[in-house]
Parts: sequence; C-alpha cells; structure tokens
Amino acid sequence: MSEHSYPNRLEPGGPMIRFSNVTKRYGPLTVLDSLDLDIAANEMVSIIGPSGSGKTTVLRMLMTLEEIDDGVIYVDGEPLTHMERNGDLVKANAKHLRKMRGNIGMVFQHFNLFPHMTALENCMEAPVQVLGLSTGEAEQRSVELLDMVGLADKKNQHPSRLSGGQQQRVAIARALAMRPKVMLLDEVTSALDPEVIGEVLNVIRALNSEHNLTMLMVTHQMGFAKEISDRVCFFYAGNIAEQGPPEQIFGDPKNERTRQFLSAVLEAT
Amino acid sequence: MFDWRWDFTFEILPQLLWATMNTLLAAGIGYGIALVLGLVLALAQRTPYRPLTLMVREIVEFIRSTPLVLQIFFVFYVGPQFGIRLDPWTSGMIAIGLHYAAYLSEVYRAGLDSIPKGQWEACRALNLSPRRTYFRIIIPQALPASLPGMGNYLVGIFKDTPMLSVIGVAELMHTANALGSETYRFLEPYTMVGVIFLAISLPTAAGLRLFEAWVRRVLGMSK
Repeated sequence: MSEHSYPNRLEPGGPMIRFSNVTKRYGPLTVLDSLDLDIAANEMVSIIGPSGSGKTTVLRMLMTLEEIDDGVIYVDGEPLTHMERNGDLVKANAKHLRKMRGNIGMVFQHFNLFPHMTALENCMEAPVQVLGLSTGEAEQRSVELLDMVGLADKKNQHPSRLSGGQQQRVAIARALAMRPKVMLLDEVTSALDPEVIGEVLNVIRALNSEHNLTMLMVTHQMGFAKEISDRVCFFYAGNIAEQGPPEQIFGDPKNERTRQFLSAVLEAT
Repeated sequence: MFDWRWDFTFEILPQLLWATMNTLLAAGIGYGIALVLGLVLALAQRTPYRPLTLMVREIVEFIRSTPLVLQIFFVFYVGPQFGIRLDPWTSGMIAIGLHYAAYLSEVYRAGLDSIPKGQWEACRALNLSPRRTYFRIIIPQALPASLPGMGNYLVGIFKDTPMLSVIGVAELMHTANALGSETYRFLEPYTMVGVIFLAISLPTAAGLRLFEAWVRRVLGMSK
C-alpha cells in the first residue's frame, strides 16, 4: 500500500461508507483514481457523470464484485476490502468478504432475477440459504416486501411473466429481504420502458423515506436525482469533479465539466 | 440367395432379448457414471486453481481425441501390467463412463457458460455461497440448455455399447456374434440387433424431447 495511512477501523459515529484513496485499474486504464468519498448513515447520494467516468465501478467495488488496486473501503466502521491481522490491514479473505457483504444490497440495471424461481422464491432464496431463516419466516418477510413494492398479487409468477418495471420491483424486494444497511442502485431504470420508470422510482422514494437505509444511486434520471438526493456527486475521469446538494449541482454548477455534462444531458431530454 | 429364416429368428430372439438387458444395463451404468463424472470434470475446469484447471482440460481433450475402443482395450489389457486387474464389465464401465464423461463435461461447460454474468453477480450480492450458487441457481438454469446434448449422448452411449463386445461383455453384439459363429448364419442375428437398437433408440429420442419440454415447464422457463 501507498504512504497513505489507513486505520484498522473508523471511530464510532463516523461515515457508513468511506472510500479512502481508492484506485481501480483495468489493465492500463485507470477507472478510479485515488477516490476519497464519505457517505453518512441514512444519506442518499446520487452519482452522475458521463459513461466511463467510473460511476458504476464505485458500486461494484462496494458490492465486492470488483477488487480494488489501491486504498481501503470501509463500511460501517470496518474495512471491507481488507481485514485486521496482527494489527495490520491485509487483503480481505473470502470469509471476511462474506461477513461484510451482509451489510450491503444491490439492485442491478438488468434486474438479474433468478428466472427459474417465482417472485416469492427469488425473495426467499437468500434469507433461507444465507441467513438461515425458516421457510415460514422468510415467506412472511418476502410477502411483506412484495406488498411494499406493490406486487403481492404477483408473488407466484416467474420473472418471464412480469414486465420490466415489475421485475425491477421484485429485485428491490429481494435485496431488501437481506436487511442490508446500505443499498446500491445501479442504473435501475436504464433498461426500462419509459412508461414503467415511474413505478420503480416511487418504490425508491418510499424506501428513502420509510427505511433506515444508506443509499448510493448511479442514475441518468437527473430530475429524480435532484428531487430525492441529499447529495449529488458528479464523476469525471475516475474521480469526483464536483459534489454538493442537488440544488447547487443542478442549479449552480461550479465546475466547467459539470456544466457541460448537464447541458448535454438536459438538451437530450 | 436372400433366405431369411423366421423359425431361426424366433429361436434366437429370447437370447437376443436377454442380451438386450445387458446392453441396457451397460448403457445405464455407463451413463450414470458419465453424468456425475462429467459434472466433476466441468466444475474442475472452473476453479480458480490454474494447474488443476489445465490438467483437467488436457485430460478431457485427450479422452475426446482417442477412440473409445482403444480406451476399452487399454483399461482391460494394459491395466493388469500395472497390477490393475478388472473383469470385463468393470473395465468396460470405467472406459465408457470416462469417455462419455469427457463429452458430457463439454455439454455442461457450454450450459454453464450460457448463464449470464448478471446471475453470478446477483448470487454474490445476495451472499450465496459458491456451492449454493452452483446447485440452486446456476445448474438449474444451465440444465435446460444442456438437456438436448445430454440426450444425444444417452443415445450415443447406448449405440456404443457394442464396443464392449471386444473384451467379452455379453451384450447384444457379443451375443449376436456368438450365435453367428455357432450357426454360420449372420443375417438374422445382425438384422435383429439393428432392429432392437432402432426400436429402443427412436422412442428414447422422442421421449427425451418430451422430457426437455417438461423440465422447461417445471422450471418456469418455457418460452
């Protein structure tokens, strides 16, 4: 590791998520360059920016779908990418990753529901297999969540029988069934037909207002990001070019890149 | 010149039908070995341990690139030189099971490769263990795509059982050969062997199509 100093754990009352000097490379390409980012508990942060700016990589590293090349990510005070061994931080092993992953849930652009299972079975699978809940408990929890996303009547349908918007709502319920502290939303409306985007956004609004969740959302829905976020981060070339409250970012962007990006995006819509 | 003798045909039929049982048994046991071992060979090629992966890959390629009859001979005749003495049945089952395991591992591999990356990522995000990821999520989805190939090799292994006659397994072909050399009549035994194979292969192939459709329906994946 670099000359940076990384504590073995963060002080109590610190951020829910901390990226400390995190770098990610794909071969010669540096997608994230010494990123520092703190996200407070229950904060809703939107990540916007041009494609290739590293937005999705931030979420994928948090979900441990990608390894990092430098730096440390902390979740809920504990290192996620590393673990403590004899007072030092070493690369996390599979067991540590499994433990830490339990704090985090993710919803994907393409839903990634299990096609051979019904909506209910999709939601019950991990609570039963990973958390060890009884089928009864898992079913109760899953039905409640499917009800919350407005799909209790579709619980016995397979994904192929559901619309894109419905599939994405099931995917949200499935992630929630694991009771994560952090919820990652990766372009969750990008693969949806315009007429069903609203129903998914409504579910996210409800999540944000009714649940104690720290949310990190990569999105192209600027209007929604402006409405719902506590903070907006504009990513450019592997780092945060500008961040701030949504009113400021969308109303009075300071950075030239942000201005260019927003005018290009708003022109397109 | 074309003197088909029905009386002789009916006389040898019981013996041939009895031998058919052995043929079916050989195909069944061989296929059972191949189904399980094939999965082991397929999964071993997906582990992060590079030497193991490469070694298994080479073994599979080696088995697929050499004739089955040679492998049967090898197990039965060369094995004893290394102190491995096996009866014809055991040798035959090992050889044919291993041979088809190599082919089935390729079918499984294609099936596993057909599963989108997003499914693996969803499993990871939900913290499912690798074992549960495979057995509850990935394999059930790979199965429908693998079934046609698996079915082809079931019929294939059945049709390849006559090769076991070379080491004296008393299956259908072996019995027909014996009858022929006893009576000097080959027309009826060999014709009947062909008829019996056809009578089993064709309905099996049709049954497999129905089975595939049924599995797709049960897994909710009918299009």
